[in-house]
Amino acid sequence: MSLSDSLYQEVLLDHYQNPRHHGKMEHSDLHQEGVNPLCGDEVELFLKLNGDIISEISFVGKGCSISQASASMLTDSLYGKTISEAKSLIHEFKGMLLEDKLPNFSEDYEDLESMEAVKKIPARIKCATLAWNTLEKAIGK
Amino acid sequence: MSFDLEKIRGDFPILSTQMNGKPLVFLDSAASSQKPKSVIDTIRKYYEAENANIHRGVYYLSQKATEKYEMARIKTSRFIGAACAKVVIFTRNTTESINLVAQSWGRTNIHEGDEIVLTELEHHSNLVPWQMLAQEKQAVLKFIPLNQDSTLDLSNLDEIITERVKLVALAQMSNVTGTIHDLSAIVRRAREVGAKVLIDGAQGICHLPTNVQKEDFDFYAFSAHKMLGPTGVGILYAKEEILDTMPPWMGGGDMISKVWKDKSTYADLPARLEAGTPNISGVIGFGAALEYLESIGMQEIRNHELELLQYALDRLEDFGGLELYGTNDLSKRGGVISFNFPGVHPHDVGSILDEEGIAIRVGHHCAQPFMDFKGIAGTCRASFYLYNTKEDVDSLLVGLKKVKEIFGRVLKR
Repeated sequence: MSLSDSLYQEVLLDHYQNPRHHGKMEHSDLHQEGVNPLCGDEVELFLKLNGDIISEISFVGKGCSISQASASMLTDSLYGKTISEAKSLIHEFKGMLLEDKLPNFSEDYEDLESMEAVKKIPARIKCATLAWNTLEKAIGK
Repeated sequence: MSFDLEKIRGDFPILSTQMNGKPLVFLDSAASSQKPKSVIDTIRKYYEAENANIHRGVYYLSQKATEKYEMARIKTSRFIGAACAKVVIFTRNTTESINLVAQSWGRTNIHEGDEIVLTELEHHSNLVPWQMLAQEKQAVLKFIPLNQDSTLDLSNLDEIITERVKLVALAQMSNVTGTIHDLSAIVRRAREVGAKVLIDGAQGICHLPTNVQKEDFDFYAFSAHKMLGPTGVGILYAKEEILDTMPPWMGGGDMISKVWKDKSTYADLPARLEAGTPNISGVIGFGAALEYLESIGMQEIRNHELELLQYALDRLEDFGGLELYGTNDLSKRGGVISFNFPGVHPHDVGSILDEEGIAIRVGHHCAQPFMDFKGIAGTCRASFYLYNTKEDVDSLLVGLKKVKEIFGRVLKR
């Protein structure tokens, strides 16, 4: 399978074309904008919290398929999860792309493995990590 | 001399390399051109056998380096049709040349309420320096608007370029759409109101025969690296009577005449505007690039690019479904094609083509106001130079077909 075939798989293209949890949210508890100035990709995240639990999450944005699909996968993965689960998922996702660690996602997060192919295209890693860096900013390290 | 494409391609070592196991198809010369062997060899020879600082040493090597550096200045002045060599100032790039004008001439001559006219198709390097100057001086920026085909709308030129305008600054050719602007009408109007004209020649000089005196430019800024030369060499031309009035903008060695503890007097042109050790090997290499371009002929290069442009535009039209930007009047267009694949972001197109060994530029091309005008995030841009072939265009089309296949899976739904 060629590089672009392994990257642009059905799962990525599906998230790009049918983004989950897409839209702005009124009265969110956490709101954060992220941008990659060189390529212009944008992601805006909204979260509502119930104690430690992410009770609602959504995003809007514009940019390439990788940046937007990654944001869609992020919201899909973290809906109903806790902040500490979010932190460890950010850690694992960024570890896969930035530190070449093997992905070891649980079943809940299996879509995320499709993003592993991005690391073979270094110029696009910042697209894949944009939403995750934005979330990191929103919830604090 | 006839235009021998095969021989020209043989002069560029990089064109016979492979990218991702495929022959390199280089369609990004508008960002930076490739370099011929003669330029690479000239730089190598300088470092191997001629390296020394210039304008200082009394020994042989320094004098030889100075001679070659100054010879490149003479070649540059001839290439652009300047009256003499001392009106050619070497900088680091086009951006620095424009900033030099803004900081030196601009700070002296632009005052509160004065107006600077730009276009909506400018590169950020011919926009941001003027924004900074306007903020500092409380001056006003105005823009010549665009027609839908990305040519300039000159119908209200007299209302835009008024007596309050001190400078009109615009590109000779757009790096996004390849549009070649009708500069004569703008220069004529600027003369009527006593405004100066700065032309950003970064994209123009490499593709079009240009004569700064005949075209009556006050300032002309460009870079070596887009015209077969090395990076790190920019050029500013200005009329001598303007340069004579421009104060230094960077202080240091080489730009002085006499220095005391508390004050200095400044050198004559061009040294007054060239502080510090310059990019000596780069300037000498640039001299070799100019010789190469002259040996081919700028009109021949222009003709070759027009042929490629026509061929590529026809094939892209036939491909169907692509959004193409820029005018179809090829007399107003250089070898640059910006397009979009509806539903597919330019960066995705760029990555898929990269895998096929095809290098194009994707994104906003440092021209965000134009992207706003069109309501798009960016474009895919294929740009041609003297070494490109119709086969390169065919490869691009094969790559685009692959994009269509991959994204077709979702776009059809």
